[in-house]
Amino acid sequence: MREIVRVENLSKEYIIGAREAAYDTLRESLVQTMRAPLSRLRGRNGKGNSETIWALKNISFKVDPGEVVGIIGRNGAGKSTLLKVLSRITEPTTGRAELYGRVASLLEVGTGFHPELTGRENMYLNGAILGMKKTEIDRKFDQIVAFSELEKFLDTPVKRYSSGMYMRLAFAVASHLEPEILIVDEVLAVGDAQFQKKCLGRMSTVASEGRTVLFVSHNMAAIKSLCNRAIWIDGGQIVGAGQTGQVVLDYLQKGAVAKLEQTWDDPLTAPGNEKAKIRSARVRPLPPREDEEISVESPIELEFEYWNYQPDAFLGFTLHLYTIDGTYVFAVGCAGERRPQGLVRVAAKIPANFLNDGIYTVTIQVVQDNASSVYLHPDILVFEVLDSVRVGNWFGKWPGVIRPRLEWISENVVQRGDHEQK
Amino acid sequence: MGISSTDTNTSLKSTREPATGEVEPENPRQSSGELPEEPLVIIEPKKALGFVDLNDLWAFRELLYFLTWRDVKVRYKQTQLGIAWAIIQPLLTMLVFTLFFGRLAGVPSDNIPYPLFAYSGLLAWTFFSNAITTSGNSLVGSAHLVTKVYFPRMIIPGAAVAAGLVDFGIAFVILVMLMVYYRVTVTLNILMFPVVVLLTTLFALGMGMWLSALTVKYRDVRFAVPFLIQLGMFVSPVIYPASFLPQKFRWLLSLNPMTGIIEGYRSSLFGRQFNWSSLAASAAITLILLIYASYSFRRMEKNFADII
Repeated sequence: MREIVRVENLSKEYIIGAREAAYDTLRESLVQTMRAPLSRLRGRNGKGNSETIWALKNISFKVDPGEVVGIIGRNGAGKSTLLKVLSRITEPTTGRAELYGRVASLLEVGTGFHPELTGRENMYLNGAILGMKKTEIDRKFDQIVAFSELEKFLDTPVKRYSSGMYMRLAFAVASHLEPEILIVDEVLAVGDAQFQKKCLGRMSTVASEGRTVLFVSHNMAAIKSLCNRAIWIDGGQIVGAGQTGQVVLDYLQKGAVAKLEQTWDDPLTAPGNEKAKIRSARVRPLPPREDEEISVESPIELEFEYWNYQPDAFLGFTLHLYTIDGTYVFAVGCAGERRPQGLVRVAAKIPANFLNDGIYTVTIQVVQDNASSVYLHPDILVFEVLDSVRVGNWFGKWPGVIRPRLEWISENVVQRGDHEQK
Repeated sequence: MGISSTDTNTSLKSTREPATGEVEPENPRQSSGELPEEPLVIIEPKKALGFVDLNDLWAFRELLYFLTWRDVKVRYKQTQLGIAWAIIQPLLTMLVFTLFFGRLAGVPSDNIPYPLFAYSGLLAWTFFSNAITTSGNSLVGSAHLVTKVYFPRMIIPGAAVAAGLVDFGIAFVILVMLMVYYRVTVTLNILMFPVVVLLTTLFALGMGMWLSALTVKYRDVRFAVPFLIQLGMFVSPVIYPASFLPQKFRWLLSLNPMTGIIEGYRSSLFGRQFNWSSLAASAAITLILLIYASYSFRRMEKNFADII
C-alpha cells in the first residue's frame, strides 16, 4: 500500500537572539540598508551574527492510510513545530513533505470564533476557516447542533457563552470535518473531564472510519488508547518510533526527568502572580535518606512554601497527583485558614504502602475562600516510587495506580474432612 | 535513576467504542481506497519568485465571503446607529466641506453643484482610505488565525477591502438621492462607473495587501498610514477639481492614481468628458502595484506565522 504522508528530511530553523526579540522597525531596516546595501541584496537582512536553533532537524517518516500516529515528547521538543509545518502554517527551512489527501488541522478548537457573532454564525465562520464548504456545513448543521447540545443558544452571541459551551460548540464543528488526513494538537488539554471524554470518543470514531490522524498529546493514556504507532521527538529529532506501547514506555523511562526539589530565592523570578508566589517545593521519603530513593514502603513527605501577598486572606491549598501518563490519582485539599501576608509553609504526608511503583507528577494550587484559584502550578514536582523487595512469588509489574496494603483474612472455613462427614 | 514502567491506560479504554448519542457523519470516506497519483499538498521551502496560486485562492473563495460577511456584521455590532455610520461619515464631511470650501472659500467645482462634487469625491476617497486602513491592520488583527490554520493569507486583506465595498454601496444610495435632488441626467457615461469602482477596489487591494504584509514586520506602518491618508486627501481632487491646478502641474497630480479614479467617478456619474490619459495612468499604476504587492506579499507570507 502507498503511504498517505511522506516526510523527508524536514528541518526548520528559527532565528533567536536580540535582533528578533523586538520587532524590526522601519528605521533600523533603513539604516541597515544604507550602511550595507550590498549585504542586504546578498543575504536577506544580513543577520549573519544572530543565533539560530533548529526546531526540527531531518525529520523523516511515512504514514500509511488509516494509521493513527501519536507524536510525543517533552515541551519544546519540536512537536508543535512539526504540526505547524505539516499544516502549512509555517514553512520548513529545508526538506519536503508530501500529503496525498485533504488535510485539516486542529491546532486549537474554536479558531476564528468571533465573540460578537451568534453560535450559528460562528459555526459557519469556523467551518469555513477549517476548510468546509457552505453546502457541507448546511448538510451537517443538525448533526453539529445535536453534538454541541446547544440548540437553545444558537442565536446567542458566543461572548455570553460559558467556557464549557464555547468549547462544546467549537469541538462540534471541528469534529465534523471530513479530511483524509487530520492533524490534531493538544486540543484535549482544555475542558473538563466530561468534555475530554467526549473528544476522545469522537477521535476514536474518526480513527475507526479509516482516516489518517497525526495526534500530539502529553496524555499518554490517550495516546495509548488511540494510536497504533508513535513517534517520539526530542531536540527536534526523532529518537524513537514504532509500536505505541514500546515508544511510550521508552519515552517514560528515558525521557522523564525527576524534579525532587525546586527553590526560588528571588521573588521576582519565582512563579506566581501578584497574590501568591511559590518559594519552594520538595518531595522526599521519610525518614530522609541520603540517596533520596522513595520506595513503595516509605511514607512520602511533600513540602511547599509560598508567599502570600494579600493581607488577611482565607487560603487553602490543594495537591493534585497524576501518574506520568496523565491518570489523575487524586486532588486533596488542606483546609483553608486566615493568613497574614508572608511566607506560608504547607506539608503533607502520603502514607507508606499507598502509591504503586511508577512516576508521579505533582500539581499544586493555592485556593482562596474555598472557591477561587489564586495560583496553580502544574508539574512542580516529578518523582518516582520504586518497587520494594517483593513478598510472595509475583515479580511482574503490579497493575494499578495505588498499591495499598489491605487487611487480609485468609483461613480455612471448611476442611475437606469435615465436608465428607456430613 | 532507573524508572519502571507504568501501564495504566485502563481509565480511557472505554473510549475505543464510539461515543453514544452522536450521529455518524454521512458517507465517511474510507481512505483505504485509491490514493491520488500526485500529492495534493507538497510542503517545501518556497522559491523566492513564487507567484500567486490562483487555484488555491479559488478553492478558498467561500472563506473570502465568510470573512467579509463577518467584518460587515461585526463592524456595527453594539452601535446605536448601526450601518448608518457608513452614510454619516461622508455625508457630514460633505456638509462641512460644502460650507467651508464651496461657500466660504469659493473653490470651483467644474460646474457641478458643490455638494454633489464633494460627495462623489468623498465617496471614492472614504472607500479607499477605510479599505486600506482596515486591510492594513487586518493581518496583525488576525494573528490568531495566521498562527493556527492554513489558508491563502491574501484572503485576509482581501476580505477587509470587500467589506469596505459594502459600506461604499450603502453610501452610494445617498449619492443617488442627491443626484435626483439636483436633477442630474444620467448619460451613457454611467457604463464606465462599474469599471471605475473596480479600479478603486483593485488599487485599494494592492495597497492593502502590501501594507498588511509590511505591518506584520514593521508596526510603524500603523502610525504612518492614517497620517498619509490625511495628506493624501489634499493631493487628490476630492475638494477641488484637477482643473483648479495650473495646466503644467496637472500631470503631477495624475501620478496619484486616485486623481484618475475620482475624476472618473465624476465623469461617469455626471456625464462629463473623461480624462482618458489620467484614467489610463491610474490603471497602469494600479496594475504595477498589484503585481508588486502580490509578489512582495508572497515573499513575506512564509514568515508571517513566525514573526506576527
